[in-house]
Amino acid sequence: MKEHDVPQQAARAYMGQRKALYAINEQGEYTIVPSAGWEAEEIVLLQAIEECDRLAADAHARAQSGLTGALEYHMCRQRMDVMVLAQSTGFFRWQVRRHLRPGAFAKLSAGQQQRYESALGLTVRELETLPAAP
Amino acid sequence: MTVLAEPTSAVPFEHRQTAHCESGVIASLMRDRRAPISEAMAFGVASGMTFAYLPFIKIGGMPLIAYRMPPRRIIAGVSKRLGITMKYETFRTPADGMRALDAHLDAGRAVGLQTSVFWLPYFPPDMRFHFNAHNLVVFGRRGGQYLISDPVFEQPVECDAESLARARFVRGALAPKGLLYYPTAIPPTLDLAPAIRKAIRFTTGMMLHTPLPIVGVRGIRLVARRIRKLSPANVTHNKLFLGHIVRMQEEIGTGGAGFRFLYAAFLQEAAAIIRVPALTSIAAQLTAAGDEWRRFALMSAKMCKGRDPMDYAQLAATLDHCAELERAVYVALRAAVA
Repeated sequence: MKEHDVPQQAARAYMGQRKALYAINEQGEYTIVPSAGWEAEEIVLLQAIEECDRLAADAHARAQSGLTGALEYHMCRQRMDVMVLAQSTGFFRWQVRRHLRPGAFAKLSAGQQQRYESALGLTVRELETLPAAP
Repeated sequence: MTVLAEPTSAVPFEHRQTAHCESGVIASLMRDRRAPISEAMAFGVASGMTFAYLPFIKIGGMPLIAYRMPPRRIIAGVSKRLGITMKYETFRTPADGMRALDAHLDAGRAVGLQTSVFWLPYFPPDMRFHFNAHNLVVFGRRGGQYLISDPVFEQPVECDAESLARARFVRGALAPKGLLYYPTAIPPTLDLAPAIRKAIRFTTGMMLHTPLPIVGVRGIRLVARRIRKLSPANVTHNKLFLGHIVRMQEEIGTGGAGFRFLYAAFLQEAAAIIRVPALTSIAAQLTAAGDEWRRFALMSAKMCKGRDPMDYAQLAATLDHCAELERAVYVALRAAVA
């Protein structure tokens, strides 16, 4: 990639930041060139974020109709899945799946709830309640 | 986490933006200790580049596709090959970890930290994800704020104590356990030439001759085959899979083309040091391979977006071409440093 070919397609996700790319200058030497964004990268990033949002909206809808607990929605909002949440709380995956069921979270001991608090960075009260809109 | 007292202590520290966090941090720490080494040199000497397709390790349900060696390998590789002594400290509790960090800063020592990306408040929200092996340098604190040289940012940034503690003590895969590190002894002159030869031999050997089909050039061909065999019936999943490959290649501080440009920069720099001019032309070959990776990324992204019709065979052929270009690079490199 030549220096003048470094894409500068201001990406929303960068929030004005630029990221360092390696490109070749006029003298044929590699140099660091800041890039404001590249459409290929932005497309796949937005795709991943939309997928996260879709999962969260889906969990929200199911929580509203009582098919799952609010905890699943908060898990999705914090960009986690069952595996990541299990790893960051120290529970087994089957335990996390069980805790996601409606009403299950409220029955956990204070210590167990606290593990979810610190993994998700939210208070027990927040974890128990489902916001009106996803 | 209680906010600590108010003292101000900051080491004068020169911030430089780099492509990758780990190579950037080790280069920064060494420059700070008056043993400057470029990011590309750190990355190359540590044999940082690779290709691996690991279907048994899942990230968000997708197989892990790595363009570089596992976290901590760059720092370990640089220190091993250049004879640098590093001190690594991990802690059992956030309070211990933050106290130790403060002590280093008060002693005027800038240190590297391993952290999560998700809990660092200065990251743009859309760039945050659960990756626990990010690296940054802390060089001071002012009030409750820590002064941070995060190599993937253009300017130095700041972070409050509570968020930093959370980012350092996140649990899960690659949990940092508050890891803090700094060089304690650096040889007066860095003997780069033998280290470069050794590193190139290691990387090319891995890319060409790993007996597993999931690593190196064969790994690239395997992913090409997987793409060719994707069933058109699973379009949604296939798009996520392609998007995932491209994100691993471009989004996560790679310097472009999944570290290929960064490694080419290393080869260019190495040519003069080990006095093998052939490395310069091999670097140009690797750049061409990197350009092909970028073409693959753009093509995939456009097909995911629906701007171009989905064509798995064409994507697979492009990847095969990347594999062929890279193979030629490694064969030539191996001959050049033999």
